[in-house]
Amino acid sequence: MREIRYREAVREAMLEEMERDERVFLMGEEVGHYQGAYKVSEGLLARFGEKRVIDTPIAEAGFAGIGVGAAMTGLRPIIEFMTWNFSFVAFDQIISNAAKASQMSGGRVPCPIVFRGPNGAAKQVASQHSHSVDPFYTNIPGLWVVMPSTPRDAKGLLKTAIREDNPVIFLEGETLYNVKGEVPDVEADEAIPFGKARVAREGDGCTIVAWGAPYYVVLDAAERLRQEHGLECEVVDPRTLRPLDIETIVESVKKTHRCVVVHEHWPYGGPGAEIVDQVQREAFDWLDAPIERVAALDVPMPYASNLETLVLPNVDRVIEAVKRAAYL
Amino acid sequence: MSLDDLGRDGAHALLREMLLIRRFEEKCAELYTQQKIRGFLHLYIGEEAIAVGALSALTADDNVLSTYREHGHALARGLGAGPIMAEMYGKAGGCALGRGGSMHLFDASRRFYGGNAIVGGHLPLAVGLALADKMLGRKAVTACFFGDGATAEGVFHESLNLAALWKLPVLFLCENNLYAMGTAIELHAADTEISRRPRAFGIPAERVDGMDVVAVERAVRYAAEAAREGEGPRFLELMTYRFRAHSMYDAELYRSKAEVQRWKERDPIQLFERALRERGWLDDDARARVENDVLGEVEAAVRFAEESPWEALEDLEKHVYVRRVGADEGGA
Repeated sequence: MREIRYREAVREAMLEEMERDERVFLMGEEVGHYQGAYKVSEGLLARFGEKRVIDTPIAEAGFAGIGVGAAMTGLRPIIEFMTWNFSFVAFDQIISNAAKASQMSGGRVPCPIVFRGPNGAAKQVASQHSHSVDPFYTNIPGLWVVMPSTPRDAKGLLKTAIREDNPVIFLEGETLYNVKGEVPDVEADEAIPFGKARVAREGDGCTIVAWGAPYYVVLDAAERLRQEHGLECEVVDPRTLRPLDIETIVESVKKTHRCVVVHEHWPYGGPGAEIVDQVQREAFDWLDAPIERVAALDVPMPYASNLETLVLPNVDRVIEAVKRAAYL
Repeated sequence: MSLDDLGRDGAHALLREMLLIRRFEEKCAELYTQQKIRGFLHLYIGEEAIAVGALSALTADDNVLSTYREHGHALARGLGAGPIMAEMYGKAGGCALGRGGSMHLFDASRRFYGGNAIVGGHLPLAVGLALADKMLGRKAVTACFFGDGATAEGVFHESLNLAALWKLPVLFLCENNLYAMGTAIELHAADTEISRRPRAFGIPAERVDGMDVVAVERAVRYAAEAAREGEGPRFLELMTYRFRAHSMYDAELYRSKAEVQRWKERDPIQLFERALRERGWLDDDARARVENDVLGEVEAAVRFAEESPWEALEDLEKHVYVRRVGADEGGA
């Protein structure tokens, strides 16, 4: 084990998979000569050349769809969106083409493609650049949706995503690129399977489900709840939102009898609501309180720092939600 | 090829294929009114010379993508009248196992990648197939059919730019039938000569009489040879006309009966028949044999569709993903 940043973990996964399989290539805006808008692809052009690290024009629909076509006939593209906000321009290519290749071909045409890039709010980049896109893509059968919170998960899940034969939406936390964490050595070649949640912190007082940037908010809140209220929270990170490992979440709720779901996407629908729905049906007899949710407030992201802080899930809101669920 | 190069047998094959599309689709319209076929149904009648001419100029290794008006391309590509009809019935014997219907005919074994029903949405796919061929060193070309309506989409320009920039072997085959659904080209295009647009990207382009099957075959053959030799994409604007309504729910209020009648005088099947008769390559007996042969194939296709079973309900989710997660370790 060694400690590396989330950004380096994503890069290592791409580099190792590109070395392992020459059908894998990276394509997107500024991935080559610029070395990546967030420096995730730094050094890959020098290592693999222009044939496998392809700079595109600012044409998201074009290069996303070209990736889908290439995936349908034998290549394994990684398509980088500079941010997921720009994927809306390519929405049709992802929904109508990538997610339909298998169904439309009667299961005969795989579409091994990874769409990846930073997701969620950064710092004061305002309404058009602050989307959490999880709800848009988790709604689509035919796609897998992955959102790693830690460097280890980022690397291990991206390696799985690149080896997967179906299209994968890989959501990186825009504010997580500098997070450091332990990651197995290169020789370990760790590929983390989809559909397996990770219990990040054990406890019997309340289950908290969180992914992405709010995951760290929740870890801080869990520590304060222990110190201030003596409540031991169990923190579950689903890691993949589709497929969703509901079993691990339900097992935890059967132990704690309480559940809070924390996410950065808006409150209307989405994986946050889906988890609440499944937990209330699977664990109804074990619940001692209504399931709570902490989400972004229901407004387009404002620019002003004080307003943005208000909108995003924070430690105090998580603590209040847990206290409501635990009748504290 | 010229008519001489095609020869009598080659010419008869083209005539038979065009007539098969015509009779097949006439049967489709009939079956639609009987509610055997449902959903949207877009007939290609009047445009048969393009699919038949173009696909006879390509090889089995080439890729083909089309629109939601693709029965003609699918038949000319050899997907088989039976599996195509069964697909329209929504049966298990359909080329897409009943999951596609009229708009989503699909057969990867014949490198026929749909049947794409979002206007212009498949143009980037075509460029991607060509990119894969180039990267993997395959000498195939990708033929992408689309209508004049698609040229107004943003992805049209993105796809042409990237195909030209990366010198990819794509044949952009624009079937200009003068209407984007019910909107006349004068109302949707600032410049109605579509073949001028690709030239802005440095893509050689020409206008071709899409009612002349021999002219289409010749133009596509030249274009495919150039693309196959690494000269980059080619663009053909194939001038044609849709004789029937846009779909089965179209009162055709946007064009006059006189205009339709004028175009019917250039019916591609009749034009070709006349040329063959002038050559002495076709007489009434031969024409009747082709007709009977084609009608027999259409009847057999309907029988195949009728007798084909429905897909099993328990297979509903079977092809949503090519393989379920959990069937492997780490997705390898």
